[in-house]
Amino acid sequence: MLGLNRQDTALLIIVAVLTLLAPFILNPFPEGSGLATLNAGYPDLMQRFVIYGIFAIGFNILFGLTGYLSFGHAAFLGVGSYAAVWMFKLIGMQVIPAVLFSMAISAILALGIGYVSLRRSGIYFSILTLAFAQMCYNLAYSVLGNPNSRFNLTNGETGLQLTLDDPRILGVQRTPDGGIPVPNFFGIEMRDSYDLHLGDWVFTFSGGYYFAAAVMLIAFYIAIRIFRSPFGLMLRGVKSNQTRLYYTGINARPYTLAAFVISGTYAGLAGGLLACMDPLAGAERMQWTASGEVVLMTILGGAGTLIGPVLGAGFIKYFENIFSKINDNVLHGWFAFLPDGLEDFMVTLVHPFVGKGWHLTLGILFMLVVIFLPGGLVEGGQRILGLFRRRKAPPPGPDPEHHPKPTPHVAE
Amino acid sequence: MDAIILQTLNGLDKGSAYALIALGLTIIFGTLGVVNFAHGALFMLGAFCAVVFNRLLSLSYITIDPTQTDFLGNPLKVETPYVIGWFGPEAGQAIIDWSVPLSILLVIPVMGLLGLAMERGLIRYFYRRPHADQILVTFGLAIVLQEIVKYFFGANPIPTPAPPAMAGGADVGMLLGFPENAIVYPVWRLFYTFFAAVVIAAVFGFLQFTTFGMVVRAGMADRETVQLLGIDINRRFAVMFAIAAIVAGLAGAMYAPINSPNYHMGMDFLVLSFVVVVVGGMGSLPGAVAAGFLLGILEAYASLDAVKQILPSIDQIIIYIVAIVILLTRPRGLMGRKGVMEE
Amino acid sequence: MGILEVKNVSKSFGGLKALRDVNLSVAEHSVHAIIGPNGAGKSTLLNVLVGKLVPDTGSVMFDGQSLLGRKPYEINQMGISRVFQTPEIFGDLTVIENVMIPCFAKRDGVFRMHAFETVENEAEIVAQAEAALADVGMLERRDMHAAALSRGDKRRLELAMCLVQEPRLLLLDEPTAGMARADTNRTIELLRQIHAKRDITMVIIEHDMHVVFSLAQRITVLAQGAPLVEDTPENIKGHPKVREAYLGEAA
Repeated sequence: MLGLNRQDTALLIIVAVLTLLAPFILNPFPEGSGLATLNAGYPDLMQRFVIYGIFAIGFNILFGLTGYLSFGHAAFLGVGSYAAVWMFKLIGMQVIPAVLFSMAISAILALGIGYVSLRRSGIYFSILTLAFAQMCYNLAYSVLGNPNSRFNLTNGETGLQLTLDDPRILGVQRTPDGGIPVPNFFGIEMRDSYDLHLGDWVFTFSGGYYFAAAVMLIAFYIAIRIFRSPFGLMLRGVKSNQTRLYYTGINARPYTLAAFVISGTYAGLAGGLLACMDPLAGAERMQWTASGEVVLMTILGGAGTLIGPVLGAGFIKYFENIFSKINDNVLHGWFAFLPDGLEDFMVTLVHPFVGKGWHLTLGILFMLVVIFLPGGLVEGGQRILGLFRRRKAPPPGPDPEHHPKPTPHVAE
Repeated sequence: MDAIILQTLNGLDKGSAYALIALGLTIIFGTLGVVNFAHGALFMLGAFCAVVFNRLLSLSYITIDPTQTDFLGNPLKVETPYVIGWFGPEAGQAIIDWSVPLSILLVIPVMGLLGLAMERGLIRYFYRRPHADQILVTFGLAIVLQEIVKYFFGANPIPTPAPPAMAGGADVGMLLGFPENAIVYPVWRLFYTFFAAVVIAAVFGFLQFTTFGMVVRAGMADRETVQLLGIDINRRFAVMFAIAAIVAGLAGAMYAPINSPNYHMGMDFLVLSFVVVVVGGMGSLPGAVAAGFLLGILEAYASLDAVKQILPSIDQIIIYIVAIVILLTRPRGLMGRKGVMEE
Repeated sequence: MGILEVKNVSKSFGGLKALRDVNLSVAEHSVHAIIGPNGAGKSTLLNVLVGKLVPDTGSVMFDGQSLLGRKPYEINQMGISRVFQTPEIFGDLTVIENVMIPCFAKRDGVFRMHAFETVENEAEIVAQAEAALADVGMLERRDMHAAALSRGDKRRLELAMCLVQEPRLLLLDEPTAGMARADTNRTIELLRQIHAKRDITMVIIEHDMHVVFSLAQRITVLAQGAPLVEDTPENIKGHPKVREAYLGEAA
């Protein structure tokens, strides 16, 4: 189907079904129950799942296939957001032109940054992309954001926002009741949502989520096609052995540059979508921590696999949300069954890792994954599956010593 | 003219910090072949060593002074730092005042041990892993160190004063024949540049004139041959990692009075130090130092009013622009060697 | 006029003269071996031929076109393939994928953005790659990861990757280095078959006299960066100068 083989079609369908049913799947606990904190089925979070999924899918096209580790992808995310907000300000609140403009601008930026950074490889490349991203951050934060200058593209510290005075030449300047209009997809407002009450459960269906989810599925489909294409094969060749590629009549540079631009465009798309859901853009979206986050998502899920980055993005965003919400009261509730002294001890022990300490957990997680599970969740899953299979039947074939485990580069 | 001299001095002390961090980064890269994304965190930890040392010295015991009463009429509780109790009021107070320079006593063992622990406990398992993994694991470590500091010291900067004797300004202009008070520059910042120069000289001297340093330099040039000679180069490289950590820590500790330590100061400096390393040429120690000062001074010049009027906020991005131009014209950086980081 | 003409090529590294005034002419469809003691400049010469090094003086012509100043991938696109001393293959990829990459390079050139075709559906490429694998006797390892192959199989895979491009000139850098005698003989046999079947011009750089004398039709002896003699194997064998420069030193 759609030019995919059976396995890939099955994968795409599974992802599509999960995405469409996400409002149900992510809300397994009834409203008001103690475990409702663990629910993730509200629009804001679900939107972040799919949007950061797009970000990570795109990052994986560069890192997973070519092995070039960019530490500056947040720049494209941020630029995408700024571009989208400018479209809302100048043209109107229709999301399609906004998203297209985000992609175009970030693609151009990626072409420039990639052209320079890809002159070097390895660590040098990572450092260069990091420096570029930091420069973009400084540009957005101060140089191009001086509210008093005529050339104020980003509005600096405050961030770029919509105002009632924006021209919006193809849309309305203000709604009938005098407010700022909301981004919409041919009339479906991103903020629209519909609550479905079933017994104690409340399921929310959000216009914004479904729009972003549809875009994510398209992005995912394109990524599969790229992975399976001769272009994708060349990119994997770049990762595996550039010398051989060079002596095989192939110039790796245009291939890696193409991958860099595609992946930057994905990031721009994600940034544009973030702005569609909430039409403002700030420089903090471009900080190097944001670049680190997408690296982590990709690694955690499994770099080079198809589904990994999506899983990683969902995992990180989910736990970020849950962990940040846990405060001492919640902890006391959890450990209430313990004797008092032990309860306090446990709370003190867990406290640094939750709430505002989420980043500490994130850092530790980062290290653990890199140290023990370089293949990420996908590899972990495969290992567990392997354990079960081995228990059923001893593995046939030669001993594993002579068959070093290949790095997973394509999801199976 | 006086503005230019002022900015040169400004650039020198900022450049000193860049140079010290970049020097450590280059040592680690040259010996172990690892780019240490946690190096900025080491700089930050150094600064917090100064904070901790200051707090340790200020630890006090409480006595009750029956001759005085507080506003409730109770006998007054007087807090006396132990140091004053031990050394008497004058010497004790002097020790507290000079806590930042004295914190070197804490920085060297703490950072040295930390460096050793990092190398032996983590980094050495990553020599054979891909570069990407090395970057990622040190990046993760940087986050962890940063968050731990944030947990204990909070997110706000902690003012850490320079010794009173060095807190004021020095009339640098007088020395150069300017009228009085034309160019006044904080003494501590001048001292910082001097201090950095001493540390840099010490590192170069160590590498140049000791047998240990000679072996390390030989190992940097050709690891395998040195190993064939039966020298355990890995152990020496581990020591170099500790030295690099100490250099970063010293740079951070002494920087505390200039820039009140906060938990993310390391990362801010790290990105710039990477640019410094790239500009100087990956793997070149003199390159790292020269580029550090060069970029520090350039950055300072870019914040001259005369420049800013033409190109507003250029100081924010000048370093990156220079880096890009240098990379496009001299891909190996100012003093980069051929063959380093070129597959 | 041979297919490959090297004229007056010199190359120094610092004070070391690696090549001095080398002249070499390789006739089309022949097997030409370059031998010489260590440090004679064999590898430098090879690197000049593939574009990795640029000589200080002289010219290198392939089929009437100069190779100087061209990048390795451009030289490959002109019809020159190279086998490395230690096999350079795509370890992360399967054997068949390893061979498909050169097929694509041959068909599509230095760069082509074909992101929406599917590798599996490229029937012609797959068939070519399988045929090349069959030629070197590795078809049954088609779906293995290349990194898991034995050293000998890696060499054969690399050979298949070169052959599938149907090069007009194949450069082999010590194709039997580090091989056991039986393996060496198999490789010799394989190369002989390939030459008989495809009529490819081959330049072999070799240490092992057994290989050289079994395969080569002409031999150039390099010593201290300069060609000493060039002749047929029969004449080289008894040549006093060669004995002195090469065998004398080896003994």
